[in-house]
Amino acid sequence: MSDIESAIGKSLPRLEAAEKAAGKAIYTGDMELPGMLHGALLTSPYPHARILSYDVSAALELPGVKAIVTAEDITGGYIGLVCKDESALARGKARYIGEPVAAVAALDEATARLAARLIEVEYEELPSATTVEQAMAEGAPVLHEDFADYVKVYQAPEHEGNLLARAEAIMGRGVDGFDEADIIVEGSYEVGAQYHAYMEPVSVLASWGSDDRVTVWSSTQSIFRTQANIYEGLGIPMGKIRCIAPRIGGGFGAKAEVSGQLITVMLARKAAAPVRLVLNRDEDMITMRARHPGTIRVRTGAKADGTLVAREMELWFDAGAYSDDSPAVMNLALFYARGSYSIPHVRALGHAVYTNKLRLGAFRGFGNPQASFASESQLDEIAEALGIDPIELRIKNAIKAGEPWLGGQKIASCALVESLEAVRDASDWKRPREALPGKKRGLGVVGLAHTSAFLSAGAIVRLQGDGTIILNVGAVDIGQGSDTVLSQMCAAALGLDIEQVSFATPDTDSAPYNYGTNASRVTYTVGQAVHRAAMQVRMQLLEHAAEMLECLPEDLELRSGGRIGVNTEPPRNAEISFADIAGRSLWAVGGPITGSGSYIPNDPPNPEHTQMTGFLGLDALSVITFGAQVVEVEVDEITGQVQVLEAWCAHDVGRAINPGMVESQIEGGFVQGLGYALCEEMLWEDGRLVNPSFMDYKFPGTMEAPDKIHTIVLEIPEPSHPFSVKGVGEPPLVGAAPAINNAISAATGIRLKQIPLTPERVLRALLAKG
Amino acid sequence: MINITLEINGEERELCVPAARTMLDALRNDLNLTGTKNACNQGVCGACTVLLDGTAVNACLVLAANIAGRKIVTIEGLGEGGRLSPMQQAFVDTGAIQCGFCMSGMIVSATAFLTENPKPSRHEIRAGLSGNLCRCSGYVRVIDAVILASERMGA
Repeated sequence: MSDIESAIGKSLPRLEAAEKAAGKAIYTGDMELPGMLHGALLTSPYPHARILSYDVSAALELPGVKAIVTAEDITGGYIGLVCKDESALARGKARYIGEPVAAVAALDEATARLAARLIEVEYEELPSATTVEQAMAEGAPVLHEDFADYVKVYQAPEHEGNLLARAEAIMGRGVDGFDEADIIVEGSYEVGAQYHAYMEPVSVLASWGSDDRVTVWSSTQSIFRTQANIYEGLGIPMGKIRCIAPRIGGGFGAKAEVSGQLITVMLARKAAAPVRLVLNRDEDMITMRARHPGTIRVRTGAKADGTLVAREMELWFDAGAYSDDSPAVMNLALFYARGSYSIPHVRALGHAVYTNKLRLGAFRGFGNPQASFASESQLDEIAEALGIDPIELRIKNAIKAGEPWLGGQKIASCALVESLEAVRDASDWKRPREALPGKKRGLGVVGLAHTSAFLSAGAIVRLQGDGTIILNVGAVDIGQGSDTVLSQMCAAALGLDIEQVSFATPDTDSAPYNYGTNASRVTYTVGQAVHRAAMQVRMQLLEHAAEMLECLPEDLELRSGGRIGVNTEPPRNAEISFADIAGRSLWAVGGPITGSGSYIPNDPPNPEHTQMTGFLGLDALSVITFGAQVVEVEVDEITGQVQVLEAWCAHDVGRAINPGMVESQIEGGFVQGLGYALCEEMLWEDGRLVNPSFMDYKFPGTMEAPDKIHTIVLEIPEPSHPFSVKGVGEPPLVGAAPAINNAISAATGIRLKQIPLTPERVLRALLAKG
Repeated sequence: MINITLEINGEERELCVPAARTMLDALRNDLNLTGTKNACNQGVCGACTVLLDGTAVNACLVLAANIAGRKIVTIEGLGEGGRLSPMQQAFVDTGAIQCGFCMSGMIVSATAFLTENPKPSRHEIRAGLSGNLCRCSGYVRVIDAVILASERMGA
């Protein structure tokens, strides 16, 4: 098979790499249509205010202004993945500073922006709650008075306050299990809000055709979620909405749900002309999304020999003004409450709370970075208290293949121990690190796990007249390389070279449904569908070939490069090409050769194993990528500055379809996690974001990223997948913050419980320690 | 409105621009050279880096009216005869490019950097590209690409 599957296991360049290097890749903001107008937003200046009236007359009088939309132009219901509480534009109330309230379409961008400022909105300012504490306080202002009436897909709390979601999971004897512990360590950890900082700001182009259909090109992680949101939020039938994804300049979770698409569709409808909306960076930062800030209280019980026996986690996430993905993110954080260890007794309790901030939402890791920062930091505290090496402690308690995860589903493949051993050996873990005077060096470790099978995907594989293949999956490549990897899998299933497979642009008019590019799911989940579709094509090819070569299908073999030959003894020198078969199918027998595959993981939690309340479905999250990371840091004792010098990252990806891209995900994900750990934090004062620019919101550049990131790709086949793969998009980010925190502790003896680990926080701790 | 003549990617062009228009806007909207990207519009991220008389500059910080008579090279002008430049090819070959949105600026910066320092160390490359932000790569392969281009161009 290795010859046939030659497209797999190779570090092929991205299909579109040369196009991007040449500056020729077309992103949404690069597109123009004849007669196209430019959009601009008016956003709320108040964290919480009732909208009393709009006066758009002055704005409309400005020459060049073609349309203005407000909530009065909304023709649909409410949107939201798990709780429908949001509208295209603030409806009735504005709930955060930066929430879009109105929008303008004009001949040019400057006019549109000027007109937006001329719209007069009369507000009645309301008391606001901009933190979890304020929102949960007695008598707090309520953001959503109609919360009880919203459509939800989870068991929501019954109340009249701001609690959006509450979920609890109990395994084993729950907190009673602490009676088995010789030592109990407890702590409360704080995590900041991280901005996705995709390089391409929110961009949308919408154009209505004469057939009453709207085409929407946008920077999105899911053409189908974009379509569903337009359908629900504007009441336009799905068949009238065509969503297309051109090249996407990063997403990291923020573009999974709606951004500016509904507003742009409304503008284009009202102006009867194509409209393009591209946000400025500051607009993007105040209106979009960020990673949930929160507080995580963790308690862990262990026996004197280091055996972990009980874990309690209670977390509070700030959800912002709209639900978005928050209940799901909180659920997933709880899903990782136990970490990747066989702790028998667990209680995990989570809350997501509405506040007058921008919506906090999906971001690479989806709750796991927060939970893991707390639990993996605490593991080192236990190791220290018991005098056990942190890696030995993790290996001793590591979960194994076949064991149940929280929820009860059994994990099929697991190389956690191998990952820990790999980073231990590669980093020369025991060797003390020397530093110059005034500086301290140390190593920190983390063990980690992240799921990679989630929700549904489809694939259509078509044989073209020349014997090549076109693969259509509707999955959006946001830069991570899925177009290439899925093409490699498709090629391998049919014995083709990658050049013989073309990847169709994601387009809801033609693509099979795909939930989206999130949850590290595309390689695993879409890969399943690609395999099924390719197998259908393969079967048809063999049937044709058997008739053409006058032999039995079982006497045929697929040969590399798009050929089928007879595999009998004595050998027959008979062989035909896919092009021959395509010609026969198109012009003589059978008709076009097309395969389609559909897939959805379906392995629900086991209520006998884990009692769960308030959760969304957590079906088949049991395909889990494990890993371990070690980092070496240098702490400047004078400035509190922390530099990550080197990192070793081992991840068990099942099988690396494209090893270079796996390594790229690890490198890039780790550095994004490094930013989360050390410097990235959105800061609000009374609901106003005070650092809405790349000048004031710092994320790692070349000097902050370590030059040496050693990637260790462990290939232990995942038995549930035809190509043996697991996802690796998110895991590399998850470990960085606790690993760096643990390294700082090893270097200096201080133990911080709040990220980002800014120089100020590090220095204060160093001074307090003396 | 101000009339200017400039040389862009080897071609002489005339433009009529408002006084406040940035070079970035002029490139993208007046000249349809959309390879140069707008990611921060305040000179922090480097996504709009172009060569102005051979020097790497942030196009968002330069007024179009001030570039009359100057020579500008954008990402679209680096290659010759439809072929990628050695730097562009090195970015492809090392897998440095993910979403690609920062890469036009990154590649232009790296090109200017290598002209000044043809045999750089990894540390020098890190310092030289510190004005170009990338959210995908973690920079490892970006630095690999510059090393590769340096080796190929020196060979």
